[in-house]
Amino acid sequence: MVASLYGVNQEAKSIWVYMEVDGESLAGVTLELIAKGRQVCDQLGWGLTGLLLGHRVSDLAADGIAHGLDEIWLGDDPLLEHFTIEAYSIAAYQAIMAAKPSVFWLGATPDGRDLAGRLAVRLRTGLNADCTDLYINPEEERLVCEVSGFGGGVLALIEMAEHRPQMATVRPGVFSPGSPDRDRTGKIIPIDLKLSGDQIDTQLIERSFGEQVDLTGVPVLVAGGRGVDGDFKMLARLAELLGGEIGATRPPVDEGHIERERQIGQTGVVTSPKVAICCGISGAFHFVVGIEKADLVVAINSDPEAPIFDFADYCIVGDVHEIVPGLIAALSREREVAFG
Amino acid sequence: MAELHSVVCVKVVPKPEEIRVDPETKMLERTNARSEINPPDMNAMEMALRLKDRYGGRISLLSMGPPFFETNLRVALAMGADHVYLLSDPAFAGADTLATTYTLAQGIRKIGGVDLVLCGEESSDGATGQVPPGLAEWLDASQLTLLTEVSLDLAQQTARGRRESKGGYEILEVHLPCVISVKTACNEPRFMDYGIRSWALEKDRLTVWNAGDLEADASLIGLPGSPTIVTGLAEAPYRERRNEFIEGSSQEIIKDLVNILLKEL
Repeated sequence: MVASLYGVNQEAKSIWVYMEVDGESLAGVTLELIAKGRQVCDQLGWGLTGLLLGHRVSDLAADGIAHGLDEIWLGDDPLLEHFTIEAYSIAAYQAIMAAKPSVFWLGATPDGRDLAGRLAVRLRTGLNADCTDLYINPEEERLVCEVSGFGGGVLALIEMAEHRPQMATVRPGVFSPGSPDRDRTGKIIPIDLKLSGDQIDTQLIERSFGEQVDLTGVPVLVAGGRGVDGDFKMLARLAELLGGEIGATRPPVDEGHIERERQIGQTGVVTSPKVAICCGISGAFHFVVGIEKADLVVAINSDPEAPIFDFADYCIVGDVHEIVPGLIAALSREREVAFG
Repeated sequence: MAELHSVVCVKVVPKPEEIRVDPETKMLERTNARSEINPPDMNAMEMALRLKDRYGGRISLLSMGPPFFETNLRVALAMGADHVYLLSDPAFAGADTLATTYTLAQGIRKIGGVDLVLCGEESSDGATGQVPPGLAEWLDASQLTLLTEVSLDLAQQTARGRRESKGGYEILEVHLPCVISVKTACNEPRFMDYGIRSWALEKDRLTVWNAGDLEADASLIGLPGSPTIVTGLAEAPYRERRNEFIEGSSQEIIKDLVNILLKEL
C-alpha cells in the first residue's frame, strides 16, 4: 500500500488552514475555514494553525488570529508575491513536513485547488475535494469529509486511516465566517525559505483582476433558468429593488445570457441568502444544492409539475414575464410610500 | 523539433441521473447507466483539436477504465484525434485521485514524447479538478489551469495561456511539456467527423494497456494506491420547505408576494 511521507503515528494534533490572500485581505473562504476549524479544535483540544504565504503580508496574520487561529506559519518572500504553483508548493511542502499536522484544509478556489492537487501527490496523501461538511470522528480522532457527487444526489463520507496530512478543500460559502476578536493573541512562526528564481517556471505575463462577483453572502438571490428566456435585465431590476444579486442555472450561462461566475449550484456557487427567488427554473438537483441553505425560497414557474416546487416555501404557478414585472411595479410603489 | 504531440485525458462517465449506490459494497453502481464523455473533457478535446489545426501534430486520447469505454472513446477519436490509449485492468479499480493520477502519468510516460497534456476542468461524477495538478506533479511538468485560450511557441518550447481567476484573468507562460486544464464551456466542441467514422472504428486505432504494460507499481494503483476510504454513503438530505402554493389572480399573487418579501426582509 502507498505510504504518505509521514503517517498517523507521527502526526501533530492540529488542523492547518491555508490562508489565501485576496487583494489586500484574507479570502472569505479562509475566514470560513478558520471559523470551522476553531469549532472543531475547541471540541478536541487541538491547535489551529494558519499557513500564510506571500510578500509583505504579515499584516494579515493579525486578522487570522483575531478570527481564531492559535499560530501562523508565515512564509514571506519576494518570490511569493504572485501565486505560482512552483514557489507556493515548495513553501507549503516545507512547512507541512516540518510541522506534520494531522489535517490540512484549503479553499476550493482556482489557486487553492492547484496547490492542493500538487501537494497531495508530493506528500503521497489523500485529498477530498469540494467537501460539503468536515468533522472529526472523536473515537479515532480522524477527519470525516462529506462530499456530494453526481449532482448532489449522493453523499459520501470519506476518511483516511494511515495517511497524513488529511487534506480537504471546501468551496466558498459552505461554512460561515465567525466574527473577529481583536483581543485574541497568537504566535507567528517564520518559515525559513530558500526560494530561488530558477525553481519557478511559471511566468506572469499580464494580469487584470476585475470586480469579483461574490454571491455566497448576498441577502437576496434572484435566480433565472431557461424560463426567463434570457431576460436577466428584468431579474436585475427586481434584485436591485430587494438589495440582492442575480444568479442563474447552467443553460442561460452556457447560452451567454449571464456571466459564469453567477452560476448557482453544484458546479457554481453555493449561496445562503435570506430569500431566494427562482424564476423559470425547473429544479434539477445540481441547481437546488446551491439554494438549499436559503432561509426562504420562492419559486415561479409556469409548469405546476416543476420539481423546483418541492424545494420552495412559496410556489407560484404562473408566467415569470407577468409576475416579475408586476412584482417590480408593486415593490417600486412600496418604496415610494416608505420613503415618501 | 518533432511534431507537436498532445494527449487529451478523457473520462467516460455515467449520465448523472442514471447511477445508483450499491448498499453492500458502497461503490457507485454504474453498469446500468448510459455513458457519455465527461462534458468538460469535450472542451479539452476541442482545445487540442484547435491546436492541431493551427500547429499540426497529433493527438492521443488517454482514458482509464473498463473495456466498455471503447465505444465512447472511438466517437471522441472521430472528432479528429489520432489514436486512443485505454488503461484497463481490474487492478485499477477503486482508484482515488492519487492512484488515478499515478496511473494516467504512467500511461503518458509509456506513450512517450508528449508535449502537452490537456484535461477537462473537472469530471461530472465526483472528481473535482484535482487531476490536472496531480498529474503535473507525477510527471514533474509545469501546469496551466482553467485556461480559456492557449497558444504555443514551438521554437521556444513554451505555452502561453489565459487563466480565468478572481473576476479577471492572468496570462501565464510555462515551458513544455506541460499539463493544461481547460475551463468548462470555454469553446464549442465540434461534432465527430462522419467521414472518418469507419477509420476510427478500425481495430488498430485503439491500444489497451494493463498494469503490467504500464510497469505500474502495484502499491500505487487501484485500492492499494488510494489513501481515502469511503466509510459511508447516503442520499443527500432534503431540507423541509413549506411547499405552499399562492393562488389567485396575478394581482392577488403579486400582493401576497410583496407582503411575504417585506416581512422577510
